[in-house]
Amino acid sequence: MAAPYDLNDDGVVVIIGSGASGGTLGNELAQKGIDVVILEAGPRIEYTDFINDEWDSFGQLAWLDNRTTGGGWRVHKDFPNLPAWIVKAVGGTTTHWAGASLRFDEHEFKALTTYGKVDGANLLDWPITLADLEPYYAKAEDKMGVTRTNGIEGLPGNNNFKVFKAGADKLGYKECHTGRMSINSAERDGRMGCQQTGFCFQGCKWGAKWSTLYTEIPKGEATGKLEVRPNSQVLKIEHDDSGKVTSVVYADKDGKQQSQKARVVCVAANSIESPRLLLNSASAKFPDGLANSSGQVGKNYMRHTTGSVYAIFDKPVHFWRGTVMAGIIRDESKHDPSRGFVGGYELETLSLGLPFMAAFLDPGAWGRSFTSALDHYDSMAGMWIVGEDMPQEQNAVKLHGELKDKYGMPIPDVWFTDHPNDVAMRNHAYKQGTALYEAVGATRTFPTPPYPSTHNLGTNRMSEKASDGVVNKWGQTHDIKNLFVSDGSQFTTGGAENPTLTIVTLAIRQADYIAEQMGAKNI
Amino acid sequence: MVTIYRGRPGLSRRELLKRGSAAGALLIISGSAVLNTSEAWGLESTTLKPETIATLIQMARDIYPHDQVPDRYYAIAIKSHDELAGKDADHKALIEQGIADLDQKSGAGGYTGLGWEEERVAVLKQVEGTPFFQAIRGGLVVGLYNQKEVWPIFGYEGESYSKGGYIARGFDDIDWL
Repeated sequence: MAAPYDLNDDGVVVIIGSGASGGTLGNELAQKGIDVVILEAGPRIEYTDFINDEWDSFGQLAWLDNRTTGGGWRVHKDFPNLPAWIVKAVGGTTTHWAGASLRFDEHEFKALTTYGKVDGANLLDWPITLADLEPYYAKAEDKMGVTRTNGIEGLPGNNNFKVFKAGADKLGYKECHTGRMSINSAERDGRMGCQQTGFCFQGCKWGAKWSTLYTEIPKGEATGKLEVRPNSQVLKIEHDDSGKVTSVVYADKDGKQQSQKARVVCVAANSIESPRLLLNSASAKFPDGLANSSGQVGKNYMRHTTGSVYAIFDKPVHFWRGTVMAGIIRDESKHDPSRGFVGGYELETLSLGLPFMAAFLDPGAWGRSFTSALDHYDSMAGMWIVGEDMPQEQNAVKLHGELKDKYGMPIPDVWFTDHPNDVAMRNHAYKQGTALYEAVGATRTFPTPPYPSTHNLGTNRMSEKASDGVVNKWGQTHDIKNLFVSDGSQFTTGGAENPTLTIVTLAIRQADYIAEQMGAKNI
Repeated sequence: MVTIYRGRPGLSRRELLKRGSAAGALLIISGSAVLNTSEAWGLESTTLKPETIATLIQMARDIYPHDQVPDRYYAIAIKSHDELAGKDADHKALIEQGIADLDQKSGAGGYTGLGWEEERVAVLKQVEGTPFFQAIRGGLVVGLYNQKEVWPIFGYEGESYSKGGYIARGFDDIDWL
């Protein structure tokens, strides 16, 4: 039975957000007997209610609250009020994610040491190493059922993968396979295997893809130690005179403001809402926002260097059939500055349905050049680029100076401009992706610009020194010992890998630390 | 009730009358309705002038030209502007003035009097930065490509859960590699 907790219960850990980090952390703490309340801004939509339709699903799941953008990125021009394609629902963006689950490479935790100083980049080493995370990565992979780990078979390759693999072989790439995916290749953990339905981004209607919605959260609830409150939009975190956080103010499903007392508060609301919340929680004692003595809250916003390459062939591919992210090439993820940039990138297959292909292939484009591409939609193959982008201080989530949400809180204003290293990496990846498809006989290729961000990172970064970042190596804020950041905003640097596995790994590790610190009465 | 025959550009009215409905995609304006006899559909305008709607249909096709997609899907895609114009006088003015501007820039025969797509596209290029053009183009991205009836024309199969996904229906059936 799910536990109901009293608003005045000051013994609970309050977690803000129920996605990869919040949902995992909530379950891990509940399994240890700790009382947990998860406040989730969105509704609870069970997976059987997901919709196999791109726009309808977008309306059902996406975070559509007003946001503004600025800076040189093309998203600012094409989607000025949609900086990110993420989810507002129980399970957060684990309902939408593609499932790729890759560990960081060792050198990626030491970006500053490995890459050296890069002009205009705010690089820093993580205060942790791969060795610190390895045991937790192993736990996360087992929890999520990652293919090609724990003896779990890889997924079968679909048509899009077969084209991709044929091109990879022609180019001489060595590490190309159907990925390490948190999608069951066979029944496991009470969830069925992938049915190759092709709507991973719209939420898996089979529950084959790992999401906290139907794994961590019900498991945590079954302990009687976890309560999830959907439709609860957190507005502010409050503290006492000593500077310890004491309660969380939120708007409930009826828009009524409530205050939940807390022993510990964990912010797990994604890299746009998490810094926004800390900044909106400014007080007389903390005039620049909570945990912001470094001035780094909201700064160093990263979104991975992304882009897509689509290609048309003279024969059908039917690339929308089956797993959306059906395969990966890892050869370019190494750090090899001879390519003209630091860091590396992954190439991963991707497909979009016709409605989203029309919206994202070349936003704003019109005329025959554009439509003749869609005319060959059934003969398209596609891949996504995901690479390490440079943290830059001016890339930031700020509070809007004038616009406020319906509760009177300033909305987030998301600024991003590519670093020259990002541009060089993307161009290299476009070139490789194009060559790959041409090697298999593509008649036309499309270097497609980045979509609104799904990998939002870095806005409350982890640092050894309190002056360099917002949280320590446990995700505990440098300034307030019972306030934690649990999501991808902790990332010191982004690595080349899809971030979810590392987010889940950090959450499992953070749960151990919080339990230990609570046990020692330090928090 | 006056019936105005307007056909595909490049054909004179005399030719159109001669060919009648055999001309292919012939748009006929009858009272407040835009009729397509060959495709057997009609669109009743409520707020916008029917001539405006007929021009919008041509404009929609020129923005996102798919020769295999019949006019009726373009008509459905732009219909929302007529509905919105009924509720919002500013939107009505945006569309009517935008179309009047297109006609004015197109010379004596107006926008639909220009015979070649290239000629009409040259006019659209002059206005592509305007709120009018962006309202039409932006609306079409969803209005045209999100019509389920259009998907099969492009080969897209849509919803697949109810059919058990593609695990037994060709997710890996590529045979030309």
